[in-house]
Amino acid sequence: MADITNQSLNDIIENIKTKKVSSTELTKAYVKNIESAKKLNAFVTTTFDQALDNAKQFDNKPNFDQLLPGIPLAVKDLFCTENTKTTAGSNILNNFIPSYESTVTKNLWDHGSFLLGKLNCDEFAMGSSNETSYYGNVINPVGDQLVPGGSSGGSSSALAADLTPATIGTDTGGSIRQPASFTGTVGLKPTYGLCSRWGIVAFASSLDQAGPMTKNIKDCAIMLEAMSGFDEKDSTSINKKKEQYSKNLKDNIKGLKIGIPKEYRVDNMPKEVDELWEKGKKILKDLGAQLIDISLPHTKYALPTYYIVAPAEASSNLARYDGVRYGYRSKQGKDLIEMYEKTRSEGFGDEVKRRILIGTYVLSSGYYDAYYLKAQKVRQLIKKDFDDSFKKIDAILTPSTPSSAFKIGEKTNDPVSMYLNDIFTVPVNLAGLPALSMPAGVDKQGHPLGLQLIGKALDEQKILNIGYAFEKNCGYKNEIKKWWS
Amino acid sequence: MSLDKEKIKHVAKLARISVDEAKVESLTKDLNSIFKFIEQLNELNTDKVEPLTSILNQSLRSRKDEISDGKIREKILKNSPKENEEFFIVPKVVE
Repeated sequence: MADITNQSLNDIIENIKTKKVSSTELTKAYVKNIESAKKLNAFVTTTFDQALDNAKQFDNKPNFDQLLPGIPLAVKDLFCTENTKTTAGSNILNNFIPSYESTVTKNLWDHGSFLLGKLNCDEFAMGSSNETSYYGNVINPVGDQLVPGGSSGGSSSALAADLTPATIGTDTGGSIRQPASFTGTVGLKPTYGLCSRWGIVAFASSLDQAGPMTKNIKDCAIMLEAMSGFDEKDSTSINKKKEQYSKNLKDNIKGLKIGIPKEYRVDNMPKEVDELWEKGKKILKDLGAQLIDISLPHTKYALPTYYIVAPAEASSNLARYDGVRYGYRSKQGKDLIEMYEKTRSEGFGDEVKRRILIGTYVLSSGYYDAYYLKAQKVRQLIKKDFDDSFKKIDAILTPSTPSSAFKIGEKTNDPVSMYLNDIFTVPVNLAGLPALSMPAGVDKQGHPLGLQLIGKALDEQKILNIGYAFEKNCGYKNEIKKWWS
Repeated sequence: MSLDKEKIKHVAKLARISVDEAKVESLTKDLNSIFKFIEQLNELNTDKVEPLTSILNQSLRSRKDEISDGKIREKILKNSPKENEEFFIVPKVVE
């Protein structure tokens, strides 16, 4: 049969179910692709032997009633995987082998899939270009000098290059949606609490969410269905009935009210971003949706708020890396304190250290009210903007990012310009809402651009439906030439 | 406000991260540009705003205080950087 690896997850599942391809054949095809794509540097660890064993087991005793029957999946290296090294893109976890499995990956395996490998990411998910990883830059399959976005850059690159049929990432301020936008793929950040955070290396606990990254909306619904669900072990997990997102996927969006926020623009935004946004509005309108102008007045304060809240939580979460119980330990240091200081200095990269220092400072005595408390108040205002708007609309349509993928090294010397990349994605994390990025077209260089749909809390089905309708009528197909193999 | 080198060294001490003298300069520059960005928040009057402490509409669950696992010392010690059969080893702290 034709190359199975460039098909959608949904089509691959159909091919498995109708026995047109076996799990072993499928897995071997991905192994081959991965081995010829080393240039992309998308993988930190591969688990081919184990994957082929799993595939064989499936083929010997197939269960086709599962959501992900016999499907090999690579996942971001931020998810703890039992007995498989989990680095979070950091030197400090270079030798860390978890003795437990994260809840979301366990959910995926329970639905019939198995691990193919661990994907590169920005160190502790702190970055927007995958350039902060200890394991090196990841290359965007769209072009050999382009970043794949971040922090889930290995995930977006591997997905777009057909190295995994679907994948999962984590999104604290845009780390699923921005890389999806940069690679012409679909990425969804679920409502805070929909997917368990248990067993995910923590960055900023009030913002972190795991979510699917896929080639199309249907695949996204399948993956979300498989990975989400209540978990005792996460105190912020939402206890609700499981949804059948893929079964309930509908492309009828007639009468839905779509909010268009006037604040989602930046200076010098390429005109293609605006044009695509216009195109998106027109498609939804032609499908019978009603466009409504809205205002989210505190949008411009979302990023500054994020750069207090996220580093504050990170400084606390990353205090655990002390060289005592697991991870890297410096050989230097004559006493305990010096051992801590050297371990953390040698183990963490520059961006992580910067954020720990910001976080430590804003929480330190005398500064807490001026920074952290202030940020929590502004966070309330940002959430209220959304709450007020959602009284009169069903979803919000915005661009995903203010530009397409940029060049490697282009923004590494200026942290603030790097941070500005997340300007359209961060507000959603602060408000705990679901949002997806879907491919919509290309800019004048031919690089993909995405549009973002933001929903009410727990309204994933609705934004998936809108995305599904949009996708069918958008007329854009992500074509990537395999220049790397 | 601006952060000077001494302040940054103090914060680094609090965070238990040793900072190379050679890097303090560039770190100071980076952090100051970030704080300049962050301090846009001062444009907003938030005197009457309640801080947001949770984005969930539910309060955190409590559970019974029961042991749900145990006897996993071996697993826990498996990743310790300095091996010993039963304990984590740290540099000497008591003379």
